[in-house]
Amino acid sequence: MIEFFPFRKTIPFMSWGKATTAISLLTFLFSVWALWDRGLNLGVDFTGGTVIEVAYDHPADLVAVRGALEKTGLPEITVQNFGTSRDVLIRLPVRGGGSAAETSNQVMAALTAADAGVELRRVDFVGPQVGKELYDSGALALLVVVIGIMIYLAIRFEWRFAVAGMLANLHDIIIILGVFAFFQWEFTLTVLAGVLAILGYSVNESVVIFDRIRENIRKLRGETIPHIIDDAITRTMSRTIITHGSTQIMVLSMLFFGGEALHNFALALTIGILFGIYSSTLVASPLLLMFGVKREHFIKPVEKKEEAVV
Amino acid sequence: MNRFPLWKYLLIGFTLVVAFLYTLPNFFGEVPAVQVSPVRTSEKVDTALLGEVESLLRASGVPYSGVELAGSSIKARFASTDVQIRAKDVLQNGLGPRYTVALNLVSASPAWLGAINALPMYLGLDLRGGVHFLLEVDMKAALEKAAIRYQNDFRTELRSAKIRYGRITREGNAVTVHFATRDQRDAAANKLATTFADLAFTPEDQAEGFTLTARMQPEAEKQVQEFALQQNITTLRNRVNELGVAEPVIQQQGASRVVVQLPGVQDTAKAKDILGRTATLEIRLVDEMADPTLVAQGQAPFGAEIVPSRDGSNIAVKKDVVLTGDSITDAAPGFDSQSGQAAVHVSLDGKGARIFKDVTRENVNKRMAILLIEKGIAEAITAPVIREEIGGGRVQITGMETAQEASDVALLLRAGALAAPMQIVEERTVGPSMGAENIAKGFNANIWGFTAVVIFMIFYYRVFGIFSSLALAINGFFLIALLSMLQATLTLPGMAAIALTLGMAIDANVLINERIREELRNGSTPQAAISAGYERAWGTILDANVTTLIAGVSLFWLGSGPVRGFAVVLCLGILTSMFSAVTVSRAMANLTYGRQARLAKLSI
Repeated sequence: MIEFFPFRKTIPFMSWGKATTAISLLTFLFSVWALWDRGLNLGVDFTGGTVIEVAYDHPADLVAVRGALEKTGLPEITVQNFGTSRDVLIRLPVRGGGSAAETSNQVMAALTAADAGVELRRVDFVGPQVGKELYDSGALALLVVVIGIMIYLAIRFEWRFAVAGMLANLHDIIIILGVFAFFQWEFTLTVLAGVLAILGYSVNESVVIFDRIRENIRKLRGETIPHIIDDAITRTMSRTIITHGSTQIMVLSMLFFGGEALHNFALALTIGILFGIYSSTLVASPLLLMFGVKREHFIKPVEKKEEAVV
Repeated sequence: MNRFPLWKYLLIGFTLVVAFLYTLPNFFGEVPAVQVSPVRTSEKVDTALLGEVESLLRASGVPYSGVELAGSSIKARFASTDVQIRAKDVLQNGLGPRYTVALNLVSASPAWLGAINALPMYLGLDLRGGVHFLLEVDMKAALEKAAIRYQNDFRTELRSAKIRYGRITREGNAVTVHFATRDQRDAAANKLATTFADLAFTPEDQAEGFTLTARMQPEAEKQVQEFALQQNITTLRNRVNELGVAEPVIQQQGASRVVVQLPGVQDTAKAKDILGRTATLEIRLVDEMADPTLVAQGQAPFGAEIVPSRDGSNIAVKKDVVLTGDSITDAAPGFDSQSGQAAVHVSLDGKGARIFKDVTRENVNKRMAILLIEKGIAEAITAPVIREEIGGGRVQITGMETAQEASDVALLLRAGALAAPMQIVEERTVGPSMGAENIAKGFNANIWGFTAVVIFMIFYYRVFGIFSSLALAINGFFLIALLSMLQATLTLPGMAAIALTLGMAIDANVLINERIREELRNGSTPQAAISAGYERAWGTILDANVTTLIAGVSLFWLGSGPVRGFAVVLCLGILTSMFSAVTVSRAMANLTYGRQARLAKLSI
């Protein structure tokens, strides 16, 4: 039997409460600062505008591309390499009026006129109204996920668990957003989808630990609550690391093989998974302690629950 | 205790066979094909057409590997894209403009798979290449257009009722009729209120006279908007048919939007141009009494308006419309037999033909203007002198600059006009090479990730690692089979979701394996450990998946496009993983260890 994490002794996680709270608070404040100061680099999905990706059959001359585009008279065009030296990404801000959709036609016409070896790879045009709607429905989706999971946790355990689990994982979300803001990585619809998926995924980590805490509360009668929590985290540690590890393997594979389109998505998942391990063990449980979880919350109503695993 | 009853093994075996069958079509790839469908959806596609297609191909010696009737179209398969393109030309020439002949790709899987409805996964535009448009109908313009129609209707109605009226003005959606006396106004109010029940009339006495203002009731407004949307969808469908796209999607979204998806379209500029154009045709008489100098300055005489003509000069045309594009039943590009100029040959319906005959008879030697109205701007493409009465409803319009323009105008006239202008509010175009690349990238991400996970699992859990890995592979099969059966759209984020769910699915097996180890550590016998491991893990597995499922369902509900594709796969993947990780891997453990009564050691 190979064991990477043969934790036999209970690790005193709860006594590190001060340190973990400090770390959490610092990263959290850093993220809030990054979001405040730099803001998210929202993609065209949310802001509206046009993104055009083209490929040349030879390394692209960005100066020539810019020159060709200047002749169209379109304002504020940014041109940059994307992935390889042959791929070029052209961004245009949103323009009023019905001609906005024609923009990509104009750009392509200008580029083809200047250099016939250009191929259109992708166009994303989003009108300002649609961008706003996508932004709103994205925010609504986040809210619905948060509320849905909290209701589930409250039914499954009790409200203290729901609030502790949610706060811990929202802290992950803020950190993902903060890192995206700090590095000015583009935040797109796909990244948002990844963030929400990771929210659901991280919470299930807390569920496993909470399950164990509840089981311990019933089993280890003589122990203090902090020790019970320590024991629960220690016993689930091995499984936590292995499952997160295997999910992370898939995500890394996406990062390396999935190309530019999945790059930021995989980055968001990576941050989410790493912080998920940390927060569900070292943030959710101290919070639980802080909310004053007591033995009576579980002992009195004799409910029949299947024993937790791991 | 670790034995399944026979029926359970059979059930698992059955699901595996079904999953395998429905996964199969995805491995056969695609062959080039040509799809023939009638331009008008009312026309029948039957074996007669099938025979015609076959004989056309045979007559011109184009080798084909199969011709089949599929729903409302006929698909012919070919060995290579060269043959496919040749076949397209042959068929288009042979069948004429009544049929759309489009290049397509069809699954190369054998016919018996098609017979049990086993189809390859339906790929989204980001994987197969193509254009996605979201068009918004300008509802304000639709209402204004309705108001303009009422303006004309009031004029006709009051004239036929012999009620004298002054000006009829319009401000936004409100139409106001001016009268000299109160009696006239009240008579008109009575008359109009009975004829136009869906309008609300408000009389007003003003210093300069008496007025009657009509506004649409809310229900009438709603009706106008719904009609505009439906009319636009019909028109878009006709235009897309004209473009010759295989498997287009045209759907209403919300109250005022239309989604148009054109897989495999290469010339997006052309598609955008044709879809967005609002061209309609009007035939009006030229006001011959107008003063040419005033007209040149842009001043319209009473009852007429000024429109620019192709050569840059102005023409005064009467406000009364003789015919609109609605009367057109067909339009074909061609050439004028005398001058050789590009022309459009237009056929009119019965009513239109009668009106046209009457008008031409009464106005011989006068000029008639053909106006092309696009984006609210009218342009006289030609204003020929009427030489004689024109009967039979066949009209030739010249004045087009090139043959290409003639063919575009013909297409637009044939497809009908949009009831209200539309704007593209979202566009997603993916080039064909990019689609193929995205498939490769998504596939690689899955394969490499899967391989790494399998290596780790087998290294760490030994035989139980093999069970877990097999269960994971089977989960992949189930997921692909389910996606193929449901024909849910697979997008690049959807492929990412496959990878993600595979990564998460292993969680269930880790839970089970860890639990078995713990039971062994606590001194259970191997058989008891297996049993307890599986039994007790189920509750936690269920719990752990519910939260991710909540996220998936919310994303599906609120997401759009690619995100929705992600959510579908995420939800389905969670469901299949619960079955494969628990039941299927248990079956493998039972088969391996279940019969050994004196099992001393587990490889875990």
